[in-house]
Amino acid sequence: MIQAKYSVQKGDYLRAGEASADIKRVLKRLGIEGTVLRRISVAAYEVEMNLVIHSMGGNMEMFIKDDTIWIVSKDEGPGIKDIEKAMTAGYSTADSVAQGMGFGAGMGLPNMKRNADKFTIDSTPGLGTEITMGFSIKGNCDG
Amino acid sequence: MTISDIVSILEARILCGEDKLSTEVYSACCSDLMSDVLAFVNEKTVLLTGLTNMHVLRTAEILDLKCLIFARGKIPNDDIIARADQMNLVVLTANKTMFTCAGLLYDGGLRGAAMAWKEEDKL
Repeated sequence: MIQAKYSVQKGDYLRAGEASADIKRVLKRLGIEGTVLRRISVAAYEVEMNLVIHSMGGNMEMFIKDDTIWIVSKDEGPGIKDIEKAMTAGYSTADSVAQGMGFGAGMGLPNMKRNADKFTIDSTPGLGTEITMGFSIKGNCDG
Repeated sequence: MTISDIVSILEARILCGEDKLSTEVYSACCSDLMSDVLAFVNEKTVLLTGLTNMHVLRTAEILDLKCLIFARGKIPNDDIIARADQMNLVVLTANKTMFTCAGLLYDGGLRGAAMAWKEEDKL
């Protein structure tokens, strides 16, 4: 089974995006391309930026099972108090550092949900957040 | 329109990718917010921005963009230009505001990227 795991550090804007770029390269080598590759790459980059901007650090995992590519992000806190609010396009709690980097437009979580075929988010304030995204590759071969 | 046409229209300076100026481009997008670029752009397009950090390159890599134009005469640091060159990107800098750059390119026939975020996608 193809599997890759990446550790993502809090506030590491310099390396942020490397995991997603690597996921894109791995999938491209496997013949995944076009729209589905872009949807996966965008969602991976958004979830990676969220770990850098909002979490205390965490990890991202990519694996392929049957006809689905899964990306799972787990962090060590602080958790999301109001998920419904966080899922609203335009709502952001990103600080000025993140905004200076071009992030914090409040599009991250909604953009992940829109790009993924399956999307779940579980969060416990004080503990952490887990985001699971599934991308079907069946019937998407035309890209 | 080709990237070469963009260079003439904007009187832009080429920072890297001089050998790829004949590349055709079909649409453009202006933003300093990479989150918005990631959310709203769904096709190969030219990105006009005033943001000069590494995340512009990451966004270009994720979306397979071919050309970056830095407005307001901004020039990113040498590391970024070197990395962009490795990525086969054409990077231009134009000594005009983003509004003026966009207006001139629109006038020259270039149109905006179609918004990827459709009404039914709203959550």
